[in-house]
Amino acid sequence: MSLQLQAGSVTFENVTKNYGAVTAIDNVSFSIEPGHLVTLLGPSGCGKTTTLRMIAGLEHASSGRILIGGKDVTSLPATDRDVSMVFQSYALFPHMTVGENVAYGLNVGGLKASEATERAEEGLALVGLAGYASRLPSELSGGQQQRVAVARALVLEPEVLLLDEPLSNLDAKLRRKVREEIRDLQQNLGLTAVYVTHDQEEALAVSDRIIVMNRSVIAQEGTPRELYEAPASAFIADFIGDANLVTGEVTQSNQKTAKVRIESVEYELPNRGLGNGSTQIAIRPDSILLEPASANQAGIKGSVTHSTYLGNQIHYSVDSPLGELFVVDYRIENAIKAGSDISITFATKGMSLIAS
Amino acid sequence: MRTSFFPWLIMGWIGFAILPWYALEDGFWAFEWLIDGYPFDSDYAPALLQIFQDKGWLLPLFFPLLLPLRVFNRIKSDPKYASTLIISGGFGLAYLLGQGFSVGISGWEFDTLESLFGTLETRQYGMGYGALLTAGSFLILLTTGLAAAGNLRGDVFVTSAIGIVVALVATFVFLPVGKILVSAFVNDEGLYALSTFTDNFFTQKIWGVECLSTSVSCGVGLNSFFLAILTATSTTLLGLGFALVATRTDFRWKKSLRILTILPIITPPFVIGLALILLLGRSGTITQFVADLLNIEAGRWLYGLPGIWLAQTLSFTPIAFLVLIGVVEGVSPSMEEASQTLGASRWHTFKQVSLPLMRPGIANAFLIGFIESMADFGNPMVLGGNYDVLSTEIFFAIVGAQNDQSMAAVLAITLLMFTLSAFFAQRIWLGKKSYTTVAGKADSGIHAGMNPLLRRICLCVTIPWALFTLVIYGTVLFGGFVVNWGRNNSFTLQHYAEGFGIGWSEGSLVWEGAAWDSFWTTITISAIAAPLTAALGLLTAYLLVRQKFGGKNIFEFGTMLSFAIPGTVIGVSYILAFNVPPFELTGTAAILVLCFMFRNMPVGVRGGIAAMSQLDKSLDEASLTLGANSFTTLRKVILPLLRPAIVAALVYSFVRAITSVSAVIFLVSADHNMATSYIIGLVENGEYGIAIAYSSVLIFVMLSAILLVQKAIGERKLRRTNRLAPQSDTTKSPTNSAPMEKQA
Repeated sequence: MSLQLQAGSVTFENVTKNYGAVTAIDNVSFSIEPGHLVTLLGPSGCGKTTTLRMIAGLEHASSGRILIGGKDVTSLPATDRDVSMVFQSYALFPHMTVGENVAYGLNVGGLKASEATERAEEGLALVGLAGYASRLPSELSGGQQQRVAVARALVLEPEVLLLDEPLSNLDAKLRRKVREEIRDLQQNLGLTAVYVTHDQEEALAVSDRIIVMNRSVIAQEGTPRELYEAPASAFIADFIGDANLVTGEVTQSNQKTAKVRIESVEYELPNRGLGNGSTQIAIRPDSILLEPASANQAGIKGSVTHSTYLGNQIHYSVDSPLGELFVVDYRIENAIKAGSDISITFATKGMSLIAS
Repeated sequence: MRTSFFPWLIMGWIGFAILPWYALEDGFWAFEWLIDGYPFDSDYAPALLQIFQDKGWLLPLFFPLLLPLRVFNRIKSDPKYASTLIISGGFGLAYLLGQGFSVGISGWEFDTLESLFGTLETRQYGMGYGALLTAGSFLILLTTGLAAAGNLRGDVFVTSAIGIVVALVATFVFLPVGKILVSAFVNDEGLYALSTFTDNFFTQKIWGVECLSTSVSCGVGLNSFFLAILTATSTTLLGLGFALVATRTDFRWKKSLRILTILPIITPPFVIGLALILLLGRSGTITQFVADLLNIEAGRWLYGLPGIWLAQTLSFTPIAFLVLIGVVEGVSPSMEEASQTLGASRWHTFKQVSLPLMRPGIANAFLIGFIESMADFGNPMVLGGNYDVLSTEIFFAIVGAQNDQSMAAVLAITLLMFTLSAFFAQRIWLGKKSYTTVAGKADSGIHAGMNPLLRRICLCVTIPWALFTLVIYGTVLFGGFVVNWGRNNSFTLQHYAEGFGIGWSEGSLVWEGAAWDSFWTTITISAIAAPLTAALGLLTAYLLVRQKFGGKNIFEFGTMLSFAIPGTVIGVSYILAFNVPPFELTGTAAILVLCFMFRNMPVGVRGGIAAMSQLDKSLDEASLTLGANSFTTLRKVILPLLRPAIVAALVYSFVRAITSVSAVIFLVSADHNMATSYIIGLVENGEYGIAIAYSSVLIFVMLSAILLVQKAIGERKLRRTNRLAPQSDTTKSPTNSAPMEKQA
């Protein structure tokens, strides 16, 4: 397929979007490098979809500047922007065949009909749907419709491809397959892609970088690894993979490491600019180790309130002096019954200090 | 986006410098002017030449036509571009209208202007090709400028569409209604005085209450109000009964009950009254039969309140049925099931759960019945007797010997007050309260059956009423085939021959029948009005559903307002507004077309809104992000998907134009007589036979139009399924032989 892609960058400079008295986006700035797949991640209502729609030109910024490929497009309507979008509902035109759908953008762009048809065929082949051009969208499965939507967006050779929760209408098994396909396509073509999702696992799986949004602002931006291993806030720690938030005390700190005391136990963790004093620590559920209580153990004492068997893992709810803890344990052979007293220890690889 | 304002400016210049500026005596489609003194004859001259003859006040129009040339080379993001176009278009439009309203057929229209500039020797007529074209050009220049200034995301098409709809609604709804308000204050000498209004308004004629104590009839305002309350109550109760029978019982014929709902659409409004006369009038069949049986004197009870009430209840019950069937079905079955599992009896469930949930819908049906009854002209006209109501009194104030325009205006305002109050009540009270329990997902479960007593009552009331309705329509059907109903019941084709005779003369077809003339006029005008109405309605619906803009609520209100304006009021107001320059339209076919457009527009708007709300908005957005502009999106994506709604709007506006009588009766002329007003004339002359024959021909025409279209839509659906049918085969092996790389 001979796509002549000119992957473009996307830059937001202090962009704000108000709907009347409600602020949907509050002074947001970021920049996306050409050829990267960046995910906008966040709970519903956080402003991620509004951000995506502002890149598309479907919403216009109340203030600030938006640049695509270095050009200021702040006041340009969607029609005149060199981006295309894959919608959550796919938005395939039901009265047109698959081929007509894919050729639509080419046709309204003034391309000759024969050439548009040819390019549409190429686009369909790219997503593995060669030969489906004469079908109606309603005759395709959900996954196929989704690929048609991708093909329709790609044949326009956009500077930026936008994907709005593209997997949300697919069943769980198909989701993993399709997200791999999207990632492959994006990497092979060197596309700039902006991807919106509320599913943190999906975000971790497809992204070069993730921008986590919460309450109209960017909560943290970074690679999937950075976000998981060094969450900047309690919100990020909890949102990207589950986390138990406990309070501890930094007793000794230098540039690299900090000694933290949680209850009576001390742990040495990578320091993130903290001085001595009280702090919050995020602990991943699978880094909490439970052992049946016995007198000579060093751990924190607690008791199991619920124990849920899930096949390859067991979930525990634990009552402890630190508050209620959520624990995932893969050692299903030594399950602990609800009501048992236990002692709790933490594995340092799953602990991180919350910087703020 | 890529379009420039230049073609629109050229259009303005053509209107200004080439086409005749004023309306032509011979009509819009006459082209004698081309060989009859154009371009110098002052009747035919374009504005450019009129200026140098005696109409110097047209000179300032040069300014807005020249100014845009200054920004010809600028790009649209240049602030100068926007401001220049806004100034040109705005000034041009304002000045064009200003001079049109200021200088009329007798010089200055306003005394202040006369004292300011001295007496004007010359005068001007209504706007013609040239003036209209130039006005249109100014409007588009203005909206292009507003779009360039960043309004509505710079979308020229949407801005212009809003501009056009606003201009049209302002001209053809608000201007006439405003005119009627003003003329209520004008006394015999043509002076404005509050007393003119108060004198006419607070009279016994409108508000008299003598009927409560004496045998003298009440004022027309009270009469109308009383009648409307009665009709609204009876239609709502009957409609509810029918709705319950149709949805909550296992009544065998309940499917055919739904046929009732299309009857009012295809029935000219006075036909029921006419049939009632044939059955229950002094020499009516039933009257005679009962009189013979009981050996009593046949009475004239039908003429007056009982007759109108009966006719209106027959006419409008199907409308209430239509409204309430949706309401009754809208009550989620799971709510009723919940109530029953909690131990409530059927009666208790109905009373405590279903009925309260239906209450807003019932109120809605009541208000619609009220408005319909108030606005009804045909039935009171035919059956009124001594019971005067507002809608007919307005007509007699204008048409009768008195020709009292300010009286007509005051009566119209009174009527308008009633209907608008109901309209406001409906919007304010019901607009916010939504008891709809139908959610997006399918709601399984079955509606609770009715309590046996209630069921029996419903069936006992609705079945006889449905049969009565059948008898009425049977009368309409057969009435045209008897010599003289009630007196000489032998079969004849005489009435049809008289009305619709076709003869041969010298080898060519001759339309001999007396009715052909008005029949073809009706069909032609309705056929012209239908697509225009549908287009205007759907465009408005598109703007309302798909676009966000300031003042949208007012915009919506304005477009729906004409629903609450009774036809007689529209008729009077059109006469008052369009009898004089700058819009001289009375006596033309155009005024009929325009009247239909704006009276039936709310129907198109509602249908369009309903259909468009079901289209996923991301379809439009997908089209936009694929590089199509909003006009292309409308044309290629939205309209094709709206085809059923378009067809429905077309048929409905066509049929409503045919059956319309109240407004039409003011606006017809010798050249353009419409079927309904012709039939009313026949009824007044007592020629019931031919009137009934003509009515059934109309009903037949409309019914075939509806059935044809429904068949067409049905077949389209069929083709669609045919296309889908081989699906199971094709998914396995694509018809196309191209190799498949992946199979999902």
